[in-house]
Amino acid sequence: MTVRIVDRRQDSRNKSSVNRSRFIRRFKGQIRKAVADAIAKRGIRDLESGEKIGIPGKDISEPHFHHGRGGVRESVHPGNDRFQTGDEMDRPPPGGSGQGGKASPDGEGLDDFVFTLTRDEFLDIFFDELALPNLVKRQLARIDEYRRVRAGYTQSGVPTNINLVRTMRGAAGRRVAVAGPYATRLRGLQAELEEALDEVPPDAAEVERLQREIACLKARREAVPFIDPFDLRYSNRIRIPEPSTQAVMFCLMDVSGSMDEAKKQMAKRFFMLLYLFLNRNYEHIEVVFIRHHTTAEEVDEDNFFHSRETGGTIVSSALKLMRQIIGERYASSTWNIYGAQASDGDNWNDDSPRCRELLADSILPLVQYFAYIEITDGEPQNLWQEYERLAVTHAGLFALQRIAAASDIYPVFRELFRKRLA
Amino acid sequence: MTKKRSRLIAEGSDWTIEAIAQYDSEIGRIARNYGLDTYRHQLEIITAEQMMDAYAAIGMPVYYHHWSFGKHFLETENRYKRGHMGLAYEIVINSDPCIAYLMEENTLTMQALVIAHAAYGHNSFFKGNHLFKQWTSADAIIDYLVFARNYIAECEERHGLETVEQLLDACHALSNLGVDRYKRSPPLSLEKEKMRQREREAYLQAQVNDLWRTLPRHETAVADVEERRFPEEPEENLLYFIEKNAPLLEPWQREIVRIVRKIGQYFYPQRQTQVMNEGWACFWHYTLLNTLYDEGRVNEGFMFEFLQSHTNVVYQPPYSSKWYSGINPYALGFAMWRDIRRICETPTDEDRQWFPDIAGSNWRETFDFAMRNFKDESFIAQFLSPRLMREFRLFAVLDDDSRAKLQVDAIHNEQGYRTLRMILAEQYNLGSSDPNLQVWNVDLRGDRSLTLRHFVHRRRPLAEQSNAALRHLAYLWGFTVRLEQQAADGEVALLAECKTEKRRPD
Repeated sequence: MTVRIVDRRQDSRNKSSVNRSRFIRRFKGQIRKAVADAIAKRGIRDLESGEKIGIPGKDISEPHFHHGRGGVRESVHPGNDRFQTGDEMDRPPPGGSGQGGKASPDGEGLDDFVFTLTRDEFLDIFFDELALPNLVKRQLARIDEYRRVRAGYTQSGVPTNINLVRTMRGAAGRRVAVAGPYATRLRGLQAELEEALDEVPPDAAEVERLQREIACLKARREAVPFIDPFDLRYSNRIRIPEPSTQAVMFCLMDVSGSMDEAKKQMAKRFFMLLYLFLNRNYEHIEVVFIRHHTTAEEVDEDNFFHSRETGGTIVSSALKLMRQIIGERYASSTWNIYGAQASDGDNWNDDSPRCRELLADSILPLVQYFAYIEITDGEPQNLWQEYERLAVTHAGLFALQRIAAASDIYPVFRELFRKRLA
Repeated sequence: MTKKRSRLIAEGSDWTIEAIAQYDSEIGRIARNYGLDTYRHQLEIITAEQMMDAYAAIGMPVYYHHWSFGKHFLETENRYKRGHMGLAYEIVINSDPCIAYLMEENTLTMQALVIAHAAYGHNSFFKGNHLFKQWTSADAIIDYLVFARNYIAECEERHGLETVEQLLDACHALSNLGVDRYKRSPPLSLEKEKMRQREREAYLQAQVNDLWRTLPRHETAVADVEERRFPEEPEENLLYFIEKNAPLLEPWQREIVRIVRKIGQYFYPQRQTQVMNEGWACFWHYTLLNTLYDEGRVNEGFMFEFLQSHTNVVYQPPYSSKWYSGINPYALGFAMWRDIRRICETPTDEDRQWFPDIAGSNWRETFDFAMRNFKDESFIAQFLSPRLMREFRLFAVLDDDSRAKLQVDAIHNEQGYRTLRMILAEQYNLGSSDPNLQVWNVDLRGDRSLTLRHFVHRRRPLAEQSNAALRHLAYLWGFTVRLEQQAADGEVALLAECKTEKRRPD
């Protein structure tokens, strides 16, 4: 009698994924908040991994009827090293080790419930907040550049793809195969006919029968089509995904005193989304951070988002620096250049026309796309007005959007995606 | 078996299917020599992830879907990945055939340990213990779980995820008060269950409708009814009461309440026999593998590895250790079974005085008797010996919230043994650790409100989260629910009230 051993290792992987997704669906509110906190801590290139998320343990407890603390209780413990009957002692502090250290039976522990979201779950929630439509989400979550490569031949397709050599070769073979037997019989009959004609006197009936049969066979042989739909062969091409080569993304941000932390976080969302989009489409991406107040400088990401400067604002300084860096490091024939600028709209009045000129003359001709977001709920100022003129003259290349909440970021991308999808 | 060549069953630490089968047949042979009576069993090899899955679904291979299982899965996964816990090396399912899981990461030694522990130890306990015999039908449970999962999935499709989820939440909140403690439940089987489910649906609905008849009755009948209490006897099985009597539940909702109740009931014996059951399994893996060693079928390397895991499992940290989290049921159970064997084989005078019935008796017969007829509470009350209390250095502490200090009631000495044993046994009495809540009254003639009464035991209050649980009850009942508390002196106070305006959702 042998035991039954079943190898289940290959079965039902991810069996708990249903329960897992239900858990996430149910606590979306709390998880979203945790994700928002996590985004604030992340680098903008850092959207490809999952995230460890903590949500308050109390929110997700499953209530039961239980006894709470208090009343009269007796309990037995091991390892007595000092007590005698009748000894008294202070109550240990709740939650400490020693007795009562067991996970509180009330289930009211307030520790955060910590778990790890997968990348997909994380992005899903990230997108959720930005109110992206599904089409765009799919677009982001997928590789969308494809290369078409040859992949043999098929029997169906469009006429332009007909492969003549294959088709004719097939047709010839078919003709031989189908007409071959007729030809053999024909040769036989012809020989017979000659014999019949050689006889003296010729047997008229026999000759006529043979002639009729030969005519019939010839007709049949003629009826074998030169080319048949069956013979058609089409070159087959399949699409294989291929990220296009390389891109550079310029993040320009105003760090003057008026840009507070909340505005910077909003800008960060925008930069992240742009980065994510580029990441789907390009194999290699570099990010250049330029911050400016009255002067511009290139900084690392941490400084970009977290240090604060005071003073006035001269936007053109950043644009000049961008142009200079493009000239030095990113010759536009090999790089796809994207620009994203975030600001609260403050600028010195006489600087704004200069910005427009800079963009129109020396930057927009080099870039794939330039987006400007103005994070403010006040009245538009002169920079916005100047940029609006650009949006008219460079439609499809330049987008601008005023943002008060995170969900306003999307329209900029709608523009961007429309372009990519076309 | 081929004993001519090497006497070792297998060597090395990597397992193969053949080596596992060989170990199983050897362990099985020894188990039969000891007279262990088991269900047939089946070994299933699974990955760590599947093990965590099984954890989340209370060890069951098939289970319905619910977010709370996802939560448990995430919790386990997180702790496992951070190295805070090892996975239990075994999960065994009380079914016929008994299914034991072997994790693929385990070494061959560990697999042998799990086979001995689960496939022979737990398995024989499931088959022999009276509670399992009475309350569970090992041959039908898998069928029932399949039925439950399909039924609930069907309900989700028909009535929406949220609705079903809310219902399950409510049922889970009451699940620890959804067991019959005294009546035997009829056996379950898939065909019967399906067939009867429809009948039940129609019948129950008719019953309930009659209870809430809105047609006017005869005057005389009304007078009668007003005298009648409902329920006539207080009911402590809340889920049962809801299933049979909640006026607004749809038939499918009743069925789901029933499913949660049935499954909870199925696991009740496991909660009642944790010390005995784990101790029994530990005792047998220890005994079986040692016998293998005595026969020369395994080498010292095997024994070292086995003993290391074994001692980790049956270690009892003292109260002052930072690892202490109550009495380890494995440690206590294992020590008690070993101690019983000792009392049978080499009794001391003290043992003869305390256990005149079993001292010097045949240990296998005594084991069988004890395994079949007890649960944790009575097992400890009956068999915990003074010697073991000394070994564990047990002491009892009284925590009375009306006094400023804790007091040591009893220690491991002549005066303390009986008190200590009684208190420890009481600790395993589920009847007093779960609060005593009963459906006390339903206001049939008035607002249809339900009154739940908490009978306070030793002044222990209900935990704060009871209010949340009460809301779940109110959701199921559909009308106002009140929670009263009856103190030991008979004084009744209203603790909480949960009003609902819910009507049948149309």
